[in-house]
Amino acid sequence: MARIIVVTSGKGGVGKTTTSAAIAMGLAKAGHKTAVIDFDVGLRNLDLILGCERRVVYDFINVINGEASLNQALIRDKNCNLLYILPASQTRDKDALTQEGVGKVLDELSKEFQYIVCDSPAGIEKGANLALYFADDAFVVTNPEISSVRDSDRMLGILSSKSRRAERNEEPIKEYLLLTRYDADRVKLGEMLSLEDVQEILSLHLLGIIPESKSVLSASNAGIPVILDEKSEAGQAYADVVARYLGEERPHRFIDGKQGFFRRLFGGRK
Amino acid sequence: MLNTSPVLEFKSSTFFAPILILFNNDMAAIEEALQDKISLAPEFFKDSPLIVDLRELNKQSQDLDFTQIVQILRRVGFFPIGIRGGNEQQNKQARALSIPLDTVREQNSSINIGETQKQETTPQPSVQPEVPIAQESTNPIPAPPAPAAATLVTQPIRSGQRIYASGDLIILSQVSAGAEIMAEGNIHVYNTLRGRALAGVHGNTAARIFCFDLQAELISIAGDYKTSEDLNKQTYANPVQIYLQNHALIIKEIA
Ligand SMILES: Nc1ncnc2c1ncn2[C@@H]1O[C@H](COP(=O)(O)OP(=O)(O)OP(=O)(O)O)[C@@H](O)[C@H]1O
Ligand SMILES: [Mg+2]
Repeated sequence: MARIIVVTSGKGGVGKTTTSAAIAMGLAKAGHKTAVIDFDVGLRNLDLILGCERRVVYDFINVINGEASLNQALIRDKNCNLLYILPASQTRDKDALTQEGVGKVLDELSKEFQYIVCDSPAGIEKGANLALYFADDAFVVTNPEISSVRDSDRMLGILSSKSRRAERNEEPIKEYLLLTRYDADRVKLGEMLSLEDVQEILSLHLLGIIPESKSVLSASNAGIPVILDEKSEAGQAYADVVARYLGEERPHRFIDGKQGFFRRLFGGRK
Repeated sequence: MLNTSPVLEFKSSTFFAPILILFNNDMAAIEEALQDKISLAPEFFKDSPLIVDLRELNKQSQDLDFTQIVQILRRVGFFPIGIRGGNEQQNKQARALSIPLDTVREQNSSINIGETQKQETTPQPSVQPEVPIAQESTNPIPAPPAPAAATLVTQPIRSGQRIYASGDLIILSQVSAGAEIMAEGNIHVYNTLRGRALAGVHGNTAARIFCFDLQAELISIAGDYKTSEDLNKQTYANPVQIYLQNHALIIKEIA
């Protein structure tokens, strides 16, 4: 059985797709057969970030509609043969995304894959709700600013009430915080919220802090997930995230712009 | 019709709606006062059903065009669903608008509009009362339910979530901004309260709110409320309790 991870946020443009590509690659690199699904129908860009946009023939909706088999639609990543991408449709209408259809595709993927990463669209509409509905784990991507924190909080409410696990009264979705686009200098100037400020509201298990980094843009322009750029801080931060998710203990870094001051960083509140 | 499942069923039920008590028949003043109240807590009032209580007005023989007040209420976003204490003309207008007459006698919750002086009569708990609007007459009216047990919540209550307890509500984790917790009895929050907390929603003016860290968007007891605007003026270093005294919410630190 696969573990299903949803990468979600509520707010747009906070780094969900960047995160989905990075952690899917990280999990695959760690030896786990991983599929990453783009739920952002109409605005697909996961395939761009993974550099496979020119190999897209069929998409998620084709599979749901029975117009293509999963094997026809899944694209194997060029850098790692354990990573597969199921792209979103650029042209079709979102209504084609149904709970039943998504459930079937996830069931089928679950037989073959160890991890399934669902890249959620922004908002709290149907696409976002379907992306999280079947999840076992949620990576809540948040930027250090109040509107993003608020939206994440809203998303957490939906995770705990509108998921399959909630409906079936099963163990709740495990929620993790990923604080992304964190700019330590701006935090120091008081222009951005600190980790403590964010945790004051969200109190979640912190999986990692991803610093604001130019390497993210250059990586997505090159179509290579930033986690493969081992020299970049963002790449290293994502590598830490994957390692922590897989159970390794690693100190948090990039909080103060340089390493150190781990003391106040661990976990949530108390 | 043999062997088919029934098409419908009647059940006795209750429906919650605030009551709007009018003290003045000046339409412009009423509309302005409504806008003021709404701007304090727009989400709280948005699309809310409403019973219009005209007893005070009629006692003072102030006439009021019911059709016009309904227009105003609808314009500002309420759904008037009942009239109480109307005169013959007003009841006729209500019927023409398909708005039922409410004959319930007890005084319960209210939003006081155009109040000019302190009422010396029996204290008027203002609130979200329980207004029975669909009681099937053939059924005996159920005996008052035994006081409900307390509801315990251990998970965080996030923005957009609502919790309703028919007795006391005890919350161990934080209540986020944008969340709403309601109880017919007391509310205890052993953590930070950032959302809205409404205790005594059936009009229990003795209900209280207790919380460790008060940063609420709105607190209300039996319909009397304060919004964060009123609360922000003061910060509390310690846990507080909130209770009602002469229609005013009193916030007091617990030692
Ligand atoms: N750590 C980072 N440092 C710098 N830029 C970043 C970082 N993370 C993301 N970005 C940039 O932010 C923008 C949005 O990122 P991304 O597309 O991953 O967000 P998203 O949450 O998926 O957006 P949407 O809600 O539109 O799907 C992109 O231009 C990306 O390059
Ligand atoms: Mg995206």
